[in-house]
Amino acid sequence: MVPLEHILVFSAIMFAIGAYGVMARRNAVLVFMAVELMLNAVAINLVAFAARVDPQRFSGLVFTIFVITVAAAELGLGLAIVLRVYRMRTSVNVDEIDALRW
Amino acid sequence: MELGAVAFYAVAGASLVAALGVVITRHVVYSALLLILSLSLTGLVYLLLLADFLALVQILIYGGTVSVLLLFALMLTRPEDGAVLNHRGWPLAAVGALLLLGALLFGVLTTDWTGATPGPAAPPSRVSVEELGEALYSTWAVPFEVASLVLLVALLGALQIARSTDAPAGGRGEGADR
Repeated sequence: MVPLEHILVFSAIMFAIGAYGVMARRNAVLVFMAVELMLNAVAINLVAFAARVDPQRFSGLVFTIFVITVAAAELGLGLAIVLRVYRMRTSVNVDEIDALRW
Repeated sequence: MELGAVAFYAVAGASLVAALGVVITRHVVYSALLLILSLSLTGLVYLLLLADFLALVQILIYGGTVSVLLLFALMLTRPEDGAVLNHRGWPLAAVGALLLLGALLFGVLTTDWTGATPGPAAPPSRVSVEELGEALYSTWAVPFEVASLVLLVALLGALQIARSTDAPAGGRGEGADR
């Protein structure tokens, strides 16, 4: 059986990769992909704890279902905003969308 | 080492390689395809962690829905071929991510997880879909309904935001105020 630590290390590395993507990418769609990686890392943690700590109850699994649901909703809304921004400015680079910067 | 552990390390490693590809590749479509691969491999990890239903949900939602959504968004926003995909300060982002990774690994490896591992008396059991469904519709009924409301609001919001504004009421004007 895989020790819990190794699953947590896997999830930590995936979270760091996602964080790097969020900070380094210019294209808003690529930023969303990196956010998906980070949410996925959180879901791995929840599943790991559900499987190792609490095998008889379902809190971790149900939480993961909600994480996936909210991730899907967030992605749909976010991509709608990206499409709208593209239509207004013909660019989705996050450093060029600076109308709110003083 | 038993077969399940070997499978876990292989699948998790492949998933991490694909995730790294998502954030470093220069082609946006490769990035989307690698994201699908990485998230589907994570679904296999769920399978190895005895969460069959979640593995199925993960592969259905990410492999089937999110991938189509992302590819559509890429197609509609048309990033140019030679577009610079990274900020100029990306090495700084890499340093920040490595620091974050160090902090997370420090937290994981210095914590004593012995209380969190089941003894031989309680081996991890496969959760059946029936039990999960019962828990979802009894203990978690209210959050479940709230989640459906979240999806409905997100659907309506996305429709409203992405709706074409070429209506007679002068929708064209918005593009002008840069």
